[in-house]
Amino acid sequence: MSIILDHVNYIYEAGTAMEYAALKDVCLTIPDGQFIGLIGHTGSGKSTLVQHLNGLLAPTSGNVYYNGADIHDSDYNRKELRSKVGLVFQYPEHQLFEIDVFSDVCYGPKNLGLDKKETELRAYAALKQVGLEDDFFYQSPFDLSGGQKRRVAIAGVLAMKPEVLILDEPTAGLDPKGRDEILDQIAKLREETGMTVILVSHSMEDVAKYVDRIIVMNKGQVMFDDVPKEVFRHYKELEEVGLAAPQVTYIMQALKENGLPVDTDITTIEEAKTAILQALNR
Amino acid sequence: MLRDITLGQYYQTDSVIHRLDPRVKLVTTICYIISLFIVDNFIGYIIAGLFLALIIKLSKVPVKFMVRGMKSIVFLLIIAVGFNLFLTPGETAVAFWKLKITWEGIRLAAFMAIRLVFLIMGSSVMTLTTTPNNLTDGMESLLGPLKKLKVPVHEISMMMSIALRFIPILLEETDKIMKAQIARGADFESGNLIKKAKSLVPLLVPLFISAFRRANDLAMAMEARCYRGGEHRTKMKPLIYKKRDALAYGTVVCYLALCVVFGRILL
Repeated sequence: MSIILDHVNYIYEAGTAMEYAALKDVCLTIPDGQFIGLIGHTGSGKSTLVQHLNGLLAPTSGNVYYNGADIHDSDYNRKELRSKVGLVFQYPEHQLFEIDVFSDVCYGPKNLGLDKKETELRAYAALKQVGLEDDFFYQSPFDLSGGQKRRVAIAGVLAMKPEVLILDEPTAGLDPKGRDEILDQIAKLREETGMTVILVSHSMEDVAKYVDRIIVMNKGQVMFDDVPKEVFRHYKELEEVGLAAPQVTYIMQALKENGLPVDTDITTIEEAKTAILQALNR
Repeated sequence: MLRDITLGQYYQTDSVIHRLDPRVKLVTTICYIISLFIVDNFIGYIIAGLFLALIIKLSKVPVKFMVRGMKSIVFLLIIAVGFNLFLTPGETAVAFWKLKITWEGIRLAAFMAIRLVFLIMGSSVMTLTTTPNNLTDGMESLLGPLKKLKVPVHEISMMMSIALRFIPILLEETDKIMKAQIARGADFESGNLIKKAKSLVPLLVPLFISAFRRANDLAMAMEARCYRGGEHRTKMKPLIYKKRDALAYGTVVCYLALCVVFGRILL
């Protein structure tokens, strides 16, 4: 039970002067239940990559397998795949269209052909999962704040009960508080349901705290694919491609260079606090 | 998906034709279209063809881009040729069943086909070698005299540039929203007409909202930079005629004279 990408290449506008290879020979295995951070600079191919996972884009060459079946076989049910692999796009609030929040969240399950009762139950559960208050359920989605709209849009995908949830830059354009709220909610959700979560971001800071694996994309290729602390060891190479390790990595490195014997493999502020106190024998 | 559609099909390269003043290209295109209707014999069309070939050669645009533009008029071409071929009265050349083809019909159909093909190719040379912005600038300058008649020339050309600029943006937006709704299980392809129309609601509502949002943002940005229409407005790159533009005008006049002499009077 997993997603496998086997030598996937993707070329935009093949055969024209604007030909552009967005993915180059990408091989990845995404097992069930992992929390993955997909990191890359703008234009590194991360958005293109996630659109391959639910069959919105077909690789120019190579194959994508979901639970052992090639998703581009002619008899493969890609509509069902899209309910199993839920993809929340960047700025998902721009896709809202219904007259009230509740009907908008019902759109996904309704498309799956579920009956009215099941649809509404799922919509209700999804809205609860993203932590939206009952008061908002029958308001127009356009009257909500940016952060609330985004929750509604995420609920719209959750209501299809996906096994894999992919979020493309879910924190783009939110203030720090809104960002932390959304990310905490996603982490909580993942704990409750045990689903696979892929978090796309260009900020290491965002994902370091939550994920157990980081995939770094650069110019359409997988640059690093490892647990966070291993990836952050390469912080100099990350800088060269326009990314950065979390601030705390730099602090720990600087402390060590200045003679304080701390562990530099630290990724979160809480760990850093303990490590520094330990090094100071407090 | 929608990425493959090209509108405002500028072809980026550096050639004499690309560097010409957009006004020259607009006037030339209009003159060329008129010339196609002045001539009415084959020698005239050979001259028109050579002139077009020369310009295409100078523009350095691959011929396949011109041909791509022809696809959209294939249907029109077939109808026009068909009607002329079968419905022109005159001396019968071929007759079968109830249909007959006349010599006059063949001549007229051939002329019609050549005219249409040259017309489309001629105007696509202009759009392929001129950026939309340059084109509207040229149009604004050429229509300048109409300002005296209180025609809001600047406003019209500004609207045109904005509309042209927004086409690719809205196409991209449509593509994005479409994908987002497909990810939520939407189906834009199957079903009967009513079901298909209904399935467009989740696409059109967000698209309209986004178009209004963008228009609002743009209006705000323009106002923030004190835009208030054409009066006393200067340009960063004003259109100035150069020597090559005069040369081009000269060539066009020569071409028109040739067309009149050989295509109309002499033969």
